[in-house]
Amino acid sequence: MAEAINEAIRHEMRRDPNIVLLGQDIGAYGGTFGVYKGLFEEFGPDRVRDGPLCEASTAGWGVGLAMSGMPAIVEIEFMDFITLASDAICNQAAKMRYFFGGQVRVPLIVRAPVVNRLGLGAQHSQSLEAWLMHIPGLRVIMPSNAADAKGLMIAAIRDGNPTVFIEHVRLYAGKTEVGEADDPIPLGKLRVAREGKDVTIATYSGMVRPSLDAAKKLAGDGIECEVLDLRTLAPLDREGLCASVRKTGRLVVAHEAVKTAGAGAEIAQSALEGAFDYLQAPIQRVAARDLPIPTGKLQDLVFPNAADVENAVRTTMA
Amino acid sequence: MKSAPDLKTLLHWYEQMWTIRFFEENAIASFRLGLFGGSTHPCICQEAIAVAAAAALEPADQVLATYRGHGHAIAKGLDPKNLMAELLCKDTGCSGGRGGSMHLCGVDQGFLGTNAVVAAHIPIAAGVALANQLKRNQQVVVVFFGDGATCEGAFFETLNMAVLWKIPLVFVCENNGYAISVPTRAAIPIENISQRADGFGLPGVTVDGNDPLLVHAAMAEAVARARRGDGPTLLECKTVRWERHSAISAGKYANEEEAMKWKQADPIPRFEKVLREKGVTDDQFSAIRAKAKQVNDEALAFAIASESPKAETVENFVFA
Repeated sequence: MAEAINEAIRHEMRRDPNIVLLGQDIGAYGGTFGVYKGLFEEFGPDRVRDGPLCEASTAGWGVGLAMSGMPAIVEIEFMDFITLASDAICNQAAKMRYFFGGQVRVPLIVRAPVVNRLGLGAQHSQSLEAWLMHIPGLRVIMPSNAADAKGLMIAAIRDGNPTVFIEHVRLYAGKTEVGEADDPIPLGKLRVAREGKDVTIATYSGMVRPSLDAAKKLAGDGIECEVLDLRTLAPLDREGLCASVRKTGRLVVAHEAVKTAGAGAEIAQSALEGAFDYLQAPIQRVAARDLPIPTGKLQDLVFPNAADVENAVRTTMA
Repeated sequence: MKSAPDLKTLLHWYEQMWTIRFFEENAIASFRLGLFGGSTHPCICQEAIAVAAAAALEPADQVLATYRGHGHAIAKGLDPKNLMAELLCKDTGCSGGRGGSMHLCGVDQGFLGTNAVVAAHIPIAAGVALANQLKRNQQVVVVFFGDGATCEGAFFETLNMAVLWKIPLVFVCENNGYAISVPTRAAIPIENISQRADGFGLPGVTVDGNDPLLVHAAMAEAVARARRGDGPTLLECKTVRWERHSAISAGKYANEEEAMKWKQADPIPRFEKVLREKGVTDDQFSAIRAKAKQVNDEALAFAIASESPKAETVENFVFA
């Protein structure tokens, strides 16, 4: 997936000479997780700008570039540090076009890697997408595989609106077939990762794979799960979600973020609003426990896994 | 660098200062009459900075300012009509009636907006300056902010990067001596905010911000430096605040003596003295003042007569 994101950005930077990358360790080093490998060499220090450690201002500079017609892609080294840049993203980028009456465009993309399950502890393991979904004016994208990551990154750049692109570091090494084409994937359209008739599992990013694993196992018992990879949380494909729930009558929502006020709550409520009459069982939520993320073996007790998804599905069938 | 301003230019500044003064007086009166809600942060007594600084710029140069930014918008060429209409949240407002007093913008005039989060616009201004540098368009950005902003991280971070990358940006601090209630001396342990520049490797200059000639001279140098590609300057303009932080908040001056200071420092009568020595007569002053007042009274009438934005437009402009 890392390579696919690299390809998408490289492709768009070749197409649009105004795109500028900002961040820390993004020069010859290639980014904390190597996503920018080779970009510094190809596009040079003017466009691939390795800067000092100051997330707050780096994001603000990105806003300034963006409103000047130079689309900016800001890398935050770990998603947890997006708190430092939150004013520029949430108070500035997301609202500026609105409160200036449409006079500016803010083509800013903030790339934020989620680094959970690597044992890095409470300040390097969070999935904060729900905070960002809560801000009108932001796109929130969270791909689960290489092909989607490429198409969604291209779409986000061409969309030209403030976007937080959340990448799951454990998925960087994942390989799926990625075409040579530069076709954007429309924002706000979920992907049916597996078709099924009994239970809908709505998930995204790091929980897509465990959900597919659970679905496979459940199929052995004759329970056919439909796994939805939501891909973009804002805009959220409520219609696609409800269509699936109307078909299956059951819903499990799964994510790696903590449960309380997580994206799952919004997803579940969307299904209630759009498909209540079709539901045959209470909606189940699979999520991380409401705790700061510990290191070592304890972290396995906090993050959800395929067995949790499986149990949740069985609960809806009971 | 621009040469010393001639008398015609100075009279234009004088008129602009009055235009801003009457605008703010109308804003306060309108607010008190309930013509708009929220709040408004007047720059009364700080007019000289906006006017003289803008005079040192080319039309294509860009300005970003704060919620105390009505004056900067006027000085950069926005029409008081559209500004007052924005305060009154009308359809004809410069931001379509949805930004209000703290979110004024005029991209066509190079006025890239006022911001309601202290210091948040400083890195944004830097980004605009970086874009200018990358486009090699010779445009300079000026960012105005108050003394309070110079205690914020965004200010320090941006100083560091701005010097590092030598961007065409002029930092203008309007030190009016007060945050909402806290006097600068209780927040900043050094005499001049311009001293902050020393550790960051850029020139720091302090001037009397209520003398437009001094502000203009310092700005002209800073702008020329930025345009040459030699990087940013931190210019501190010492001024005084009108008695309150905003039309709704407390934050009155601590005592009578402080309160009197702003009246004595008022840049308009001070500038009049300079102009009088150059032969400008009372009749000329009166005529200019009357014109500035008329412009603003027309602006207020225009704003009052304008319609509110239509309900069906409430969702416009979220995404491009």
